[in-house]
Amino acid sequence: MLEIKNLHASINGKNILKGINLTVKPGEVHAIMGPNGSGKSTLAQVIAGRETYEVTEGEVLFNGKNILEMDPEERAREGVFVAFQYPVEIPGVSNTYFLKAGLNEIRKHRGLEPLDAVEFLALVRERLKVLHLTENLLNRSVNEGFSGGEKKRNEIFQMAVLEPTLSILDETDSGLDIDALRDVADGVNKLRKKDNATIVVTHYQRLLNYIVPDYVHVLQDGKIVKSGGRELALELEEKGYDWVKEQAA
Amino acid sequence: MTTETQSIETLATQEYKYGFITQIETETAPRGLNEDIIRLISFKKNEPKWLLEWRLKAYRYWLTMEEPKWHNVHYPKINYQDIIYYAAPKHKNKLNSLDDIDPEIRRTYEKLGIPLEEQMRIAGVAVDAVFDSVSVATTFKEKLKNLGIIFCSFSEAVQEYPELVKKYLGSVVPYTDNYFATLNSAVFTDGSFCYVPKGVRCPMELSTYFRINTADTGQFERTLIVAEEGSYVSYLEGCTAPIRDTNQLHAAVVELVAFDNAQIKYSTVQNWYPGDKEGKGGIYNFVTKRGKCAGVSSKISWTQVETGSAITWKYPSCILQGDNSIGEFYSVAVANNRQQADTGTKMVHIGKNTRSTIVSKGISAGFGNNSYRGLVQVHKKAENTRNFSQCDSLLIGDKCGAHTFPYIEVKNTSSTVEHEASTSKIGEDQIFYCKQRGLSTEDAVNMIVNGFCKEVFRELPMEFAVEAQKLLGISLEGSVG
Ligand SMILES: Nc1ncnc2c1ncn2[C@@H]1O[C@H](COP(=O)(O)OP(=O)(O)OP(=O)(O)O)[C@@H](O)[C@H]1O
Ligand SMILES: [Mg+2]
Repeated sequence: MLEIKNLHASINGKNILKGINLTVKPGEVHAIMGPNGSGKSTLAQVIAGRETYEVTEGEVLFNGKNILEMDPEERAREGVFVAFQYPVEIPGVSNTYFLKAGLNEIRKHRGLEPLDAVEFLALVRERLKVLHLTENLLNRSVNEGFSGGEKKRNEIFQMAVLEPTLSILDETDSGLDIDALRDVADGVNKLRKKDNATIVVTHYQRLLNYIVPDYVHVLQDGKIVKSGGRELALELEEKGYDWVKEQAA
Repeated sequence: MTTETQSIETLATQEYKYGFITQIETETAPRGLNEDIIRLISFKKNEPKWLLEWRLKAYRYWLTMEEPKWHNVHYPKINYQDIIYYAAPKHKNKLNSLDDIDPEIRRTYEKLGIPLEEQMRIAGVAVDAVFDSVSVATTFKEKLKNLGIIFCSFSEAVQEYPELVKKYLGSVVPYTDNYFATLNSAVFTDGSFCYVPKGVRCPMELSTYFRINTADTGQFERTLIVAEEGSYVSYLEGCTAPIRDTNQLHAAVVELVAFDNAQIKYSTVQNWYPGDKEGKGGIYNFVTKRGKCAGVSSKISWTQVETGSAITWKYPSCILQGDNSIGEFYSVAVANNRQQADTGTKMVHIGKNTRSTIVSKGISAGFGNNSYRGLVQVHKKAENTRNFSQCDSLLIGDKCGAHTFPYIEVKNTSSTVEHEASTSKIGEDQIFYCKQRGLSTEDAVNMIVNGFCKEVFRELPMEFAVEAQKLLGISLEGSVG
């Protein structure tokens, strides 16, 4: 589904990603861990098509298509979704209106009829239930005045409505209280399908108790320096990143 | 943050969709301005002597005045002798029914999206359509008449209700008021008149649609709305003009009078031709709008969405004379490409416990320049008055400008005046966020801008809010690339 080959990217002339290789197959869950500033969010944004980053080398194939040539909205319509580490606020724009517009663009791209207000509301209500969220989320403006945790939940809610094939969750767990963490993880699990894949970026192995990854990767200084199974996360938590560094050296 | 500014490049390729010209014969006065032209206008309109005298007084006064320079707009000197002050569609016999209207003119209005019969049928909006200088049709008149509401063209009011016109004309905006208002007083040709009698709640939105068609004509319309004790009226004004590469002057005057417990809601969607990308052509919109809350607990609300014109110069104001009266001003002003907007309001608190609210949203894109200019004045005896002002500016790109000039004069210590201001930029991060959810750049900008204007749009009557949102989208098309 996703094939990243030797990806290099920079911002303002500063190299951040220095040769990433990663293959994600349908149905898989990959966890990416790594110290602050190692390039995890950069990787997510580059996959999503943020223009402020410059890809200097390498390729990213999504379902066989070179997505580096696509606009961000086209990638989204193809099924790429990023739950942002720092979701932005859009004052005055209702969450419902925003999501409906996005969903209908995605549906159009897939050759589906747009949902009308009634159908959309039905869908939204069902997804709210799955995530244990309340309806007041719908009438509020996109992320405006949301607490840190509420913003994260809103990201997952959007994911649940848009039904992407590849979801990248960038530190969705940080800022969530214990119950919310369980709800979110639970929701992600329920939404998992055998033809969808998820990449979770996290600092805490705790999340991985709920969302069990097939692979864990360690990103350091713009490169994946170690990959392994579920147990790697536990090992990391115990020994820290210096341990990986020593090993890699 | 510099990369953000660079990536939001201003392409500014907007198209004006109302830019067609209607082929009809018009009767026009010779170019230029002098007492004879004024006499001609007055004669053509069969006006009583006092009105001609009033016009002439205004004209003579105007000759002693100088064009204002305090505003933050720039334009080449206007040659007032090169303007045609009167243009009317020909063969204008008395119109008895809508069927008598020139089919060409009707088609024009249909293109603009206001089919007159349709409006009749849908019920809810009564339209007074002003084409160049003459009002061509007033729909719904009968229905209103039964309630005692007078809604007609200004010229008709002069003929049918001269006493009312004489009583209120110039009572809020005197002919000496300012350069453009004084010019208007001398040469105004038509406009709308509305009178709502005591205790009557006008059951529908009253609407005027202005359109400038003839080349080189100025449009000087005059609107007067009087709401008697305990009455209510909501009025909407929409404006368009064809594309022409010369500038056209539009200097209107609107006067509102609200008596005890009366309420007037005046909404404007102004979409005059803004000129092309380089700033060629477009309407110079110099307008004086003022409402007087003459009675206790009366209320006047101005809501304006100003997306058009090369230059917008207007300050819809409220004189809060009656105790407990309320003045409101909600504004969205767009300046894209080479457009310049200098707009705001004046709230003059004279009565006790008077309140005013100002919400101004300025959007600048391309090389546009947007200024908010507002005055909150509290007189000495205006006890316990309150004002709240909020002025927000949104910048799209980095070649445009936003300026805020709030003036506050408070002579009473028991008054509260609050002013909040903010300037923000449409963030590259906001647009990216929308795109990541599947929206195009255009839709993203639209959505963000509409969100920014929400507090103003919700003051507009429903169907016009939708219209305003669309217009905003059109006028900002291509402003982010
Ligand atoms: N606009 C920018 N200009 C210069 N450097 C930047 C810019 N944006 C990000 N960086 C740098 O890129 C590097 C990678 O940042 P990134 O956000 O990808 O890290 P991260 O792994 O997600 O960290 P965290 O765990 O703190 O979220 C950091 O050193 C950061 O300072
Ligand atoms: Mg990060």
